[in-house]
Amino acid sequence: MEPVKVIPCLDIKEGRVVKGVKFVELRDACDPAEAAAAYSEQGADEVVFLDIAATVEGRRTRMEWVKKVAEAVRVPFAVGGGIGTIDDMEELFDIGVSKVSVNSAAVRDPGLVSRAAERFGSGRLVVAVDGQTVDGRMEVLVSGGNKRTGLDVVEWAKKVEGLGAGEILLTSKDADGVQSGYDIPMTRAVAEATGIPVTASGGCGELEHFVQAVREGKASAVLAASVFHFGKFTVGQVKQYMKDKGIPVRM
Amino acid sequence: MIAIIDYGMGNLRSVGKAVEKVGGSVEVTSAPETIAAADKLILPGVGAFGDGVENLRKSRLAEPILESISTGRPFLGICLGFQMLQDSSEESPGSGLGLIPGAARRFPAVSASGEKLKVPHMGWNQVRHGKAGGPVSDPVRDDAYFYFVHSYYVKPEDETTVALWCEYGGIDFAAMVVMDNVHATQFHPEKSQSEGLALLQRFVEI
Repeated sequence: MEPVKVIPCLDIKEGRVVKGVKFVELRDACDPAEAAAAYSEQGADEVVFLDIAATVEGRRTRMEWVKKVAEAVRVPFAVGGGIGTIDDMEELFDIGVSKVSVNSAAVRDPGLVSRAAERFGSGRLVVAVDGQTVDGRMEVLVSGGNKRTGLDVVEWAKKVEGLGAGEILLTSKDADGVQSGYDIPMTRAVAEATGIPVTASGGCGELEHFVQAVREGKASAVLAASVFHFGKFTVGQVKQYMKDKGIPVRM
Repeated sequence: MIAIIDYGMGNLRSVGKAVEKVGGSVEVTSAPETIAAADKLILPGVGAFGDGVENLRKSRLAEPILESISTGRPFLGICLGFQMLQDSSEESPGSGLGLIPGAARRFPAVSASGEKLKVPHMGWNQVRHGKAGGPVSDPVRDDAYFYFVHSYYVKPEDETTVALWCEYGGIDFAAMVVMDNVHATQFHPEKSQSEGLALLQRFVEI
């Protein structure tokens, strides 16, 4: 079994970390580059940045902070949020981004996934899927989890795999922010239906939740935001816990 | 001063910043004179082999690089900067710098055990020591993880030049080659967390 990746996620708005990060050693807890460096040192396998950059001005700001992150981060990093074209992706790769993540744009134009995979390689392309269970059916949401699409989560995951997505970042809206554990049924359904790595996201609050996502949810990677932001656990603590439970991690 | 060679192949700032972090004084440069004067060279790069070697030649950088190496100054090639030390690559025509005999090959679409192989090989992978070595590679822990992104791999004709091996899809390939003052890594030390930084630091300190 390949080592399971532990991935802290940072929400960015106008070039600043939105929730703030409680790292005592940081001068500026809201600076994406400093947060990225701190997570690198804790042993993160990857860092994900979700940018809430809807405006043209926001895009320009993004180029600035992403450049700084690329200099400060010592592990691979992914950027998602508002990426809608091949040009957007190219611009990000040119300044040192390791992977890009697409979500709403892929639903709008599934061909974007295949074009991007062909151009940059599947390994650099993450498709983020936001899901919610409505009347027993798992449905894909877009626009930051606000808009229903009618698409079935598992069917959509299989489709993007076929189009060339290298991995799936699966966030359950039901579980997100509640800290009562990942959405195991949804994670497992997607992981078992696809052959590409699935990253579980949303709902983590306890160390045991990371283990559940891997054991029961069959996730290849676990992503969390708040528990890391607010210093509840460090990445190192999570990895040590998983290791003690017999899950392979990169130490 | 360590010259980081800029020949138009990808973002070099993360390499530069990582070397500075471990105490190196760096200059990112595309000037042949600066390269000729530097104490050490780092040749990074991502992208296609053909474009890389053509850019090196067009910018008249191949000669000062080879000259620096022949005078015994420490050299570090990273990723494409490693592959370009070979004679050639299946990826594209054009000849490399020819320091490491052999050709870079593409990972097959199917692994040795018959499973579909994901190309590029992208992610963390473990290395093990080979016959070659030196102060930069010796302290690497056995089974240490480094970060790789590549579709083509190097397996030198002379396997005794391999300091670190890696395996992907049943194929053993060189993760790091060491030949006297020449060091070359397939992985990205600047993206390989503490193990990568430690390696860069040892290069800075030799």
